[in-house]
Amino acid sequence: MSQVQPQASGAGVATDSGPDAPSPLTTSRKRYGERAILTVLWLCGAISIVTTVAIVAVLAVEGSVFFRNIDVVEFFTDTAWRPFGNPESEAFRIGILPLVNGTLLVTGIALVVAVPLGLGAASYLSEYASSRVRKTLKPMLEILAGIPTVVLGYFALTFVTPLLRDILGQSTVQIFNAASAGIVMGIMIIPTVASLSEDAMTAVPRALREAAYGLGATKRHVVTRVVFPAALSGIVSAVILAMGRAIGETMIVAIAAGNLPNMTVNPFEQIQTMTAYIVQAVTGEAPRGSLTYQSIFAVGGVLFVMTFAINIVAQRIVARFREVY
Amino acid sequence: MVSSPVDVASRAVRDLTRPRGRTLKEKLFQYVLFVATAVGVVVLVVLLIDVFGDGLGRLRLDFLTGYSSRRPEATGIRTGLTGTLSLMVLTALFSFPVGVGAAIYLEEFAPDNWFTRLMQVNIANLAGVPSIVYGLLAAAVFVYLLEFGRSLLAGAMALSLLILPVIIVAGREAIRAVPRSIREGALALGATPWQTTYKQVLPVALPGILTGTILALSRAIGEAAPILVAGAVFSRRADNEPWSLFEPFGALPIQIFDFVKRPQAGFQIEAASAAIIVLLTALLLMNTLAIVLRNRYSRQW
Repeated sequence: MSQVQPQASGAGVATDSGPDAPSPLTTSRKRYGERAILTVLWLCGAISIVTTVAIVAVLAVEGSVFFRNIDVVEFFTDTAWRPFGNPESEAFRIGILPLVNGTLLVTGIALVVAVPLGLGAASYLSEYASSRVRKTLKPMLEILAGIPTVVLGYFALTFVTPLLRDILGQSTVQIFNAASAGIVMGIMIIPTVASLSEDAMTAVPRALREAAYGLGATKRHVVTRVVFPAALSGIVSAVILAMGRAIGETMIVAIAAGNLPNMTVNPFEQIQTMTAYIVQAVTGEAPRGSLTYQSIFAVGGVLFVMTFAINIVAQRIVARFREVY
Repeated sequence: MVSSPVDVASRAVRDLTRPRGRTLKEKLFQYVLFVATAVGVVVLVVLLIDVFGDGLGRLRLDFLTGYSSRRPEATGIRTGLTGTLSLMVLTALFSFPVGVGAAIYLEEFAPDNWFTRLMQVNIANLAGVPSIVYGLLAAAVFVYLLEFGRSLLAGAMALSLLILPVIIVAGREAIRAVPRSIREGALALGATPWQTTYKQVLPVALPGILTGTILALSRAIGEAAPILVAGAVFSRRADNEPWSLFEPFGALPIQIFDFVKRPQAGFQIEAASAAIIVLLTALLLMNTLAIVLRNRYSRQW
């Protein structure tokens, strides 16, 4: 402002008090407009809570309808999942264990791929890479995290599976298998593991490294025996969060892992995960009120509880075991 | 390269105490770590080469404008393109105002009480909920309870709820980056808290909020699981009117899923990868837009 005016209205700020109005400093007029806006803003924030409540309510309500027809104990202990067809027939079995088994198998394979690679990447980026190398590699890893999972599923089915079959033999590796879905899913969660672990490792103070160097440690020893243990709580929670993502991932397994609920630990066999079952059931047009329709909510409920528990555990670990320097 | 005295000293001590023979292991270790970092990038490159090699030949104009067909060489992705476009517009319309509103509330107005803390913890937890669960929510509430049917509206609602936490977090960060002095200046001149927020804080934070929103939308554009559960369909009947809220809809990821699931190579390999190229191009454009926005409007205070 180049000149000072007696009743300056301020730098673009509209005030609702004209020159004749009493000084705003001495008035305490109720501002109903402001209150209304505040309420609207509060409602926007509350939608997130409404969402959570609605998720729990939907899963509980639809799930309870399902458990009116299906025995809870049977659901959690039966080792066969054959939910299609006539509920009265012998073949009809509804035990979620094969789906949980498939989910854990794929998740396990994903972690076997992602944990070493992700931690290696985190160590390299935080301890070894020059800032220029880091600025190139990190965004490229992040691009990987942004690739749609349906694309990764395509890649698993049409590239990784044929590769596995060529290496290990057509008879060993089935066309749909847990291994290729798990490997690609592992690649997908590398950025999650790497980026969160790198944050934890970067947060380890210089003084600890200097002390180790002062004692004659080499860089490798500093990384593996000082930085790594000091950042452990962050690293563990990164791995747990990545595990949660793997359990809830849908399109890779729906495309590449198969649709056969299977109590196997053989990674080269066809399996079905909880998420893949939901996709199979909804694309088969399950009419509302049918047992198949209700079952997707029961399976979704188990999935939700598992991922929710995992997220809570990850947050607790960080909160409780965070080293304070 | 300027080293700090501590750097120099520690290097000297290391050199003095390092037994010969250790260096090989050191180099090897560093090499292994580098390879671990490179694997992800290499896979990304392989994936892109694979997809472009398979799909580029199939990518013609009539592939973009054609309806889906039973013959792989005649099929097109009109359904997916129009569906994805309408989904993105609707999702942005729903999630942007609500996300920004929630971010403003939490940053500028929320009192520090249990409800605020619950909101914050809850937003963090929502970010970890599998996307397919949002589909289940939409199916039960929007499709059946509110009787929207298996429709564009239900799909867009599912995606909006899915990306809401991301927009809120990005919005809060952008708002937090606005210096206190701006607010204090406005308040000192007699502006009300809302006037301060709306006329001073928001315009400054807007580029950051938009960047976050575009990145969130670019996540939504690739999501298949939630809209599949919320009622997306494969067939051309979804293509009649892309803008009609209560009609069935298709989307690019759904169409890719449909192509990949078919046995013929013309669908599974060629049509699928051509559609993937289109999807990745859309993603790339959105990411570029976000980066341009950030670079153009980011300021140093």
